[in-house]
Amino acid sequence: MFSQAEPGISSWGRIIRREHEIAHPRFAEEVRAWARDSKQARLAIGLRRSYGDSGLSADALLIDMSGLDRIISFDPHTRILRAEAGFSLDELMRLFAPRGLFPSTCPGTRFVTLGGAVANDVHGKNHYSAGTFGCSVRGFTLLRSDRGLIEVTPESEPELFAATIGGLGLTGIILDVSIELTAIPSSEMDVEITPFSDLNGFFDIAAASEDRFEHTVAWIDCTVAGGKGVFQRANWAADGARNPHKPPGLARLPIDAPNFALNPLTLKAFNTLYYTAQTTGDRSKRLHYAPVLHPLDSIHDWNRLYGGRGFYQYQCAVPASAREAVRDLLDWIARSGEGSFLAVLKSFGPKQSPGLLSFPMEGYTLALDFPNRGERTLRLLDELDAIVRRAHGRLYPAKDGRISRAMMQAGYSELDRFAASVDALCRSDFWTRVST
Amino acid sequence: MTSNQPKKVIILGALSAVAEQVARIYAEEGAALLLAARKGEHLEGVASDLRARGAAQVKTATLDLASADAALEAPKMIEALGGGDHIVLAYGVLGDQERGEADQAEATRILQVDFMSAAQWCMAFARHLETQRSGSLVVIGSVAGDRGRASNYLYGAAKGGLAILVQGLAHRLSRVGVRAVIIKPGFIDTPMTASFKKGPLWAKPSAIAAIVRRAAERGGPIQYAPGFWRLIMLIIRTVPAFVFHRTKL
Ligand SMILES: Cc1cc2nc3c(=O)[nH]c(=O)nc-3n(C[C@H](O)[C@H](O)[C@H](O)COP(=O)(O)OP(=O)(O)OC[C@H]3O[C@@H](n4cnc5c(N)ncnc54)[C@H](O)[C@@H]3O)c2cc1C
Ligand SMILES: NC(=O)c1ccc[n+]([C@@H]2O[C@H](COP(=O)([O-])OP(=O)(O)OC[C@H]3O[C@@H](n4cnc5c(N)ncnc54)[C@H](OP(=O)(O)O)[C@@H]3O)[C@@H](O)[C@H]2O)c1
Repeated sequence: MFSQAEPGISSWGRIIRREHEIAHPRFAEEVRAWARDSKQARLAIGLRRSYGDSGLSADALLIDMSGLDRIISFDPHTRILRAEAGFSLDELMRLFAPRGLFPSTCPGTRFVTLGGAVANDVHGKNHYSAGTFGCSVRGFTLLRSDRGLIEVTPESEPELFAATIGGLGLTGIILDVSIELTAIPSSEMDVEITPFSDLNGFFDIAAASEDRFEHTVAWIDCTVAGGKGVFQRANWAADGARNPHKPPGLARLPIDAPNFALNPLTLKAFNTLYYTAQTTGDRSKRLHYAPVLHPLDSIHDWNRLYGGRGFYQYQCAVPASAREAVRDLLDWIARSGEGSFLAVLKSFGPKQSPGLLSFPMEGYTLALDFPNRGERTLRLLDELDAIVRRAHGRLYPAKDGRISRAMMQAGYSELDRFAASVDALCRSDFWTRVST
Repeated sequence: MTSNQPKKVIILGALSAVAEQVARIYAEEGAALLLAARKGEHLEGVASDLRARGAAQVKTATLDLASADAALEAPKMIEALGGGDHIVLAYGVLGDQERGEADQAEATRILQVDFMSAAQWCMAFARHLETQRSGSLVVIGSVAGDRGRASNYLYGAAKGGLAILVQGLAHRLSRVGVRAVIIKPGFIDTPMTASFKKGPLWAKPSAIAAIVRRAAERGGPIQYAPGFWRLIMLIIRTVPAFVFHRTKL
């Protein structure tokens, strides 16, 4: 398997950009042949849509799995799709939406691989009904440095199954994944947009929507205290066309925006605009799934908006009883004036996640971006950590680039049990930080 | 070829990064495919994927395309698939120019794979298309065939020769309504160029594949991929030797 040092490798947040040894295999057999006699430290990666350092590794070989993107089999009766780990949800939807099938859940971007979706046990806007992505996983093939190839199912290898789902690529290289697809009546969604003027408004709409709407999400204006925002709730339209999404347009940010592009003023302007655009006009409409589920995917490389220094995304989850914590977090952020235009607030349902380190817990999750301003930003995030910790919440490793070992331990009670399943040759910068 | 029958497509070098993307486009159209390549262990996985993407039928042929007897094997492929509407020739090697200068075997290998064998496959399939009086032959050449330069003129000579051959075939076959097209890609990010430093001129295999697919039905016999390479190569071809020789290309 050919590999070489490539400069400027980064994750989605672009805070760390440096040279990495990286391989781009196209066939599983290349990876297997290499693994038979390599003792090199390694980390499999996907489309690098994780923000922090869980997909980077200073002293390991990165194996870019996105070239292993083939369907192995699909059974229309059981709706079980088995595909290589680099197969993306983008391709999955493009090919299967016209057949009335969809992944059980999907994150806010389609540009993730099956391997990445498993390794972070990703969630979507339909957590109440679908749970996490791992809930649809029926098995996978894992390549370990100690045991070689292993077919992992919940029955055959329960511990390895639970460790690998949400396992951050640390339990071995996932070569392929079997998932059960969900039937959809059409590719359109009936969407309702409702403004709310404070957090209580959000909690009320969220509670009223749980049973009636499959996909819910709210955007919060984080430049003002109080938590005004808009709530979006949607269901698959019972009738309508079955069209795949269009391939990404030509909209691209070819260069980094200047570092000052996101000062509190532009922030405010953007927030107001967003708010108005969402709330004027027709509040219920029928839309294709792409703008509803992946609104940012139409602009490629939007992460470059934050300029050359990159940005942090902070995503935490707190239990349902900790509404006050959500309020405190938003107050801190509003007062700091550091937050971005995108503060997303969602509720998580009671469905148990299958992974030892799965992020979702019943309650609320808040996510937003912070342009990297060095120490100042890190200090603010430490303040937010304290609130999350007091509320018995946790942070999402997919978004993280700074979490301390103590914070990780506080949020994830199975951390030590998980560590026992880590492949001795798998290594990421994230894991080096939280495991030592 | 009637319109309600799936198109029958033969791809030589089907495991190339570009060729696999071409095959995916055809598969989604519901075509019947025959994939020829030499690494049998990879072919089956690619075939299953193409079936799941919608191909009416996928057959495979494992053979070394540079040493096989094209005149013998081409009719077998057509028979196995039950016809041949579009023929795509994608295999090739970049070779080691420096080694080829010292070692005749390497020079011969480059010319054998990229020109001699490719030309024979083209001739063999041309006979079939001519008799059939329909269909197209699309061959992947390279901009490297437009002007000899120190870093890769063995490869360039082979691809340049292949372009002339396909151009001649296009002329001959035009009389019976058959298309022959030489595609001239610039830089493509594939295993062939894994060790090259990438920049803004680089194309993805899927972008080149879309051009290959379209060329089977539309456009002239010489197609640059992407199209802006026509202009770049026009300039490169017209740079006088006394200037060109001072460059390190
Ligand atoms: C705009 C945007 C919106 C997002 N919205 C959401 C959201 O709503 N919900 C959510 O949960 N997440 C969300 N995310 C995060 C994203 O879903 C996850 O980071 C996802 O895991 C990225 O997948 P990837 O293929 O890019 O993997 P990468 O980011 O490349 O890798 C992620 C992890 O998976 C591991 N990995 C990847 N492939 C393999 C493999 N084959 N074998 C073993 N380990 C592997 C890596 O080691 C790494 O630890 C969002 C990201 C973006 C950019
Ligand atoms: N990449 C570029 O920048 C670029 C630019 C211009 C033109 N091209 C041309 O584009 C075409 C496709 O190449 P690519 O870029 O997609 O690279 P690639 O993925 O390396 O494909 C080349 C393919 O040719 C096959 N091949 C070589 N010798 C063979 C033989 N004797 N028998 C059977 N198969 C053989 C290789 O198979 P094995 O794995 O078995 O060797 C490989 O699958 C080639 O003709 C190339 O010259 C490429």
